[in-house]
Amino acid sequence: MNRALGCIIRCMVLPAIFLCSVAAAETTAVVGGTVHTVGPQGVIQNATIIIVDGNIAAVGQGIAVPDGAETIDASGKIVTPGLFTPIGRLGLVDIPLSGGPRDAVQRGEQFTAGFDVADAYNSRATMIAVNRIEGVTRALITPMARATDEAGNASHVISGLAAVVNLGNGRDYLDRRSAAMVVNLGEDGSDYSGGTRTSALLILRNALDEAIDYHEHKGDFERGMRRAYQHSVADLEALGRVLSGETPLLADVHRASDIEALIRLSDEYGIAAIVSGGNEAWILADQLSKANIAVVFAPMENLPFSFDRINARRGAAAILVDAGVRVAFGDDSQDHTYNARNITQAAGNAVADGMSWDAALRAITLTPAEIYGVADQMGSIETGKQADIVIWPADPLELTSYPDQVLIKGEAISMVSRQTLLRDRYLQSDSDKPPAYRDH
Amino acid sequence: MKVSLFRSKVAKRDKKFCYGSIQVNKQIVAFATLVLLAVGCDDDADNSGSAPYASRYEGLPAITTLLTGATILTGTGERLDNADILLSNGKIVGVGKGLSADGAEVVDAGGKWITPGVIDVHSHLGVSASPGTASHSDGNESTSPVTAGVWAEHSVWPHDPGFTTALSGGVTALQILPGSANLIGGRSVTLKNVPGRNVQDMKFPGAPYGMKMACGENPKRIYGGLGVAPSTRMGNVAGYRSAWIAAADYRDKMAAAEKDRGEAPMRDLQLETLVGVLNGEILVHNHCYRGDEMSVMLDIAKEFGYKVGTFHHAVEAYKVADLLAEADTCAAMWADWWGFKMEAFDAIRENAAIVDRAGACAIIHSDDELHIQRLNQETAKVMGAAARAGIDIPPERAIQWITKNPAKSLGIDAVTGTLEPGKMADVVLWDGDPFSVYTRAERVYIDGALAYDKNNPAGNPVTDFTLGTAAAAGGAQ
Repeated sequence: MNRALGCIIRCMVLPAIFLCSVAAAETTAVVGGTVHTVGPQGVIQNATIIIVDGNIAAVGQGIAVPDGAETIDASGKIVTPGLFTPIGRLGLVDIPLSGGPRDAVQRGEQFTAGFDVADAYNSRATMIAVNRIEGVTRALITPMARATDEAGNASHVISGLAAVVNLGNGRDYLDRRSAAMVVNLGEDGSDYSGGTRTSALLILRNALDEAIDYHEHKGDFERGMRRAYQHSVADLEALGRVLSGETPLLADVHRASDIEALIRLSDEYGIAAIVSGGNEAWILADQLSKANIAVVFAPMENLPFSFDRINARRGAAAILVDAGVRVAFGDDSQDHTYNARNITQAAGNAVADGMSWDAALRAITLTPAEIYGVADQMGSIETGKQADIVIWPADPLELTSYPDQVLIKGEAISMVSRQTLLRDRYLQSDSDKPPAYRDH
Repeated sequence: MKVSLFRSKVAKRDKKFCYGSIQVNKQIVAFATLVLLAVGCDDDADNSGSAPYASRYEGLPAITTLLTGATILTGTGERLDNADILLSNGKIVGVGKGLSADGAEVVDAGGKWITPGVIDVHSHLGVSASPGTASHSDGNESTSPVTAGVWAEHSVWPHDPGFTTALSGGVTALQILPGSANLIGGRSVTLKNVPGRNVQDMKFPGAPYGMKMACGENPKRIYGGLGVAPSTRMGNVAGYRSAWIAAADYRDKMAAAEKDRGEAPMRDLQLETLVGVLNGEILVHNHCYRGDEMSVMLDIAKEFGYKVGTFHHAVEAYKVADLLAEADTCAAMWADWWGFKMEAFDAIRENAAIVDRAGACAIIHSDDELHIQRLNQETAKVMGAAARAGIDIPPERAIQWITKNPAKSLGIDAVTGTLEPGKMADVVLWDGDPFSVYTRAERVYIDGALAYDKNNPAGNPVTDFTLGTAAAAGGAQ
């Protein structure tokens, strides 16, 4: 609704540009595939999906294809919703170790909670096409949670606001601003808050307390009748959305005892929380389920990388899901940012380690949409949702399986990336000229 | 967590603990004989006791074992369906149909797959161990750009839980390398992936030593950042050449002294290792991303008369696959790591397949304690991408990227890496197609001994570190 309103306003203000040209209804039909809807309709054999103006108008068996619709034949193929990477720096960094953009860490001290990465997203970054041609259509883009980024810049205990974006054509890339507030607890948080996890928690509590005071006495504050706050107004406004329940905390935390502290804090302030990292979350599966706290993590991590992560193990995804905890796959590493496309491998490994196949597909599609509050628009193949569709030649979780076609908001994207261009250039061996003269 | 230098977690560690003052490491040893080190593929070279730090590897207790009815990828390029393999006295006795042996334990492998043990040519297990504390930062002697005198084996902590998790991924042998901070980082060591009390218990008997070199961004970033050479790629190259000039001079003086034509110079650990390379006894493992830099490195090898055994990471190997084939140099690659730094910008998923197609020796390596657990999966990703690009890589060929070819790279292909009679019985039984994401190593045999059994967790190794710490997880899983 808000997006539509924004579009109308932009049209009124900027009538000359193409941002929201109102074309005749564009209709596409994806026919014949085995559709894993990840919605109430389950799996539909030989299904037809009708897409009108980017949204799913109908899905099911025996649906007539409207005249004039563009038809994509998915016979013999597997069709899934677009994949959703639940954390990372897509479009915020490019070659970060070699001086490229790195907009995921705020290096100054001016802002913490108010730091919002949404406006720094670059839809033309190389990594976008690399990941979307392999099925990733949506991402939570996050300020970096770890203690330092690739260039050694330190983050903050409260890193800032994450946003949900689509990896489509760059127009209207922003799906939801303030979709999560990234905070660092545990050892990473302690690294730059006096060296203890207690002080990291205290920094967070202090910020929340200030925000409560600010929002309860906003009028007084604006009239200069309230004490000065340590945080900027931008920070306090952002924290207000956390306090109101609109924005969940996405807390980078591994150790079970730190997760217990997060559960207590969440309960005390009445705020929503998500565990990110979570190597030891499986130990607290029942408590997390009861507190309705989801876990975003890398299911293949099974080594004690630090003393916060001693009990990392395989099979954690199955344990969490069996206890009723929602899980999504990904972590704050640079590997996951560049290769968000490998969430299918994470899901496949989770299956090998005891998770059901359906739950694993859900963990990389609908669940992240739910935990970031956008499941009404995306995450499954259901009537009324935006049409992110991936057509696979075989089991999408298999390592040898690459998409034949990806649709984002109903638009069939170009299945070309810089990597496929390089490949094709060097696969040509019949040219007598240097590679620079070959296909481009 | 990743262990390579450019990975954020370790970069943090390096920043805090590796940027020490530059020190000249002078070994005060009044000893003037060049000791020939235990190199070459002579089975007894390391075990003879004459070489320092000799292997004390003894195989785990083994019984004669017959695995029957499997799909066997031999590593020689063959695929045998419904076939058997017989292991006895630590060796492979036979591979084929209808094998039998009196008194052998018979394992029904129907519906399962068998391959040679997985070999990783690029690991930092033990030298950048878990947990990744500063105390465990033992992989980069980043105090001088040329540290050929250090040996990775003297950093290996055998209780790194990563060894046992790698075993669960079918890894039977692996090379532990120094990091890539330096132009010449030191000697590597090849290990059998068995739990040992010390590195000598794990050293692969008879395996030649390797020597780590590094191109590109890492050395120039680290030393340039300290205001010393090298700070550019041309500085890197001048650094390698200067080292080889010193090594050649040392070699010549030693040779002259042997013929009583001069006094032998004082023994120098650094130059001993470099001379070992010039003599062809120590194999070069050269971290190098860019194709143009690999071309330069091949010419440096020509200038000084040594061979580049393997380029590691080799992100742009596909651009120079013909040069690699011509030089008989292997390329050890990831399936899909890319983008984190400039020299990793041109990675493509089909890299290994294009190298293989050109007739060069293609290897999938890990450089990572998680990826080492699934080199089969990383290989599968390349197979799928290659198919998408019209290059057919069947399983019997792909398996060579993680078995036969890494064995060649490490100079141990005469004794392991393929399933052939007389070779070490390093064998993995997979519970399905090893290139499926759903498949796990079910049994791992090292020299014929059952080193890992997925279905008998109580019988699997647990490192000292894990004991009593990861109790909740039941040991590193």
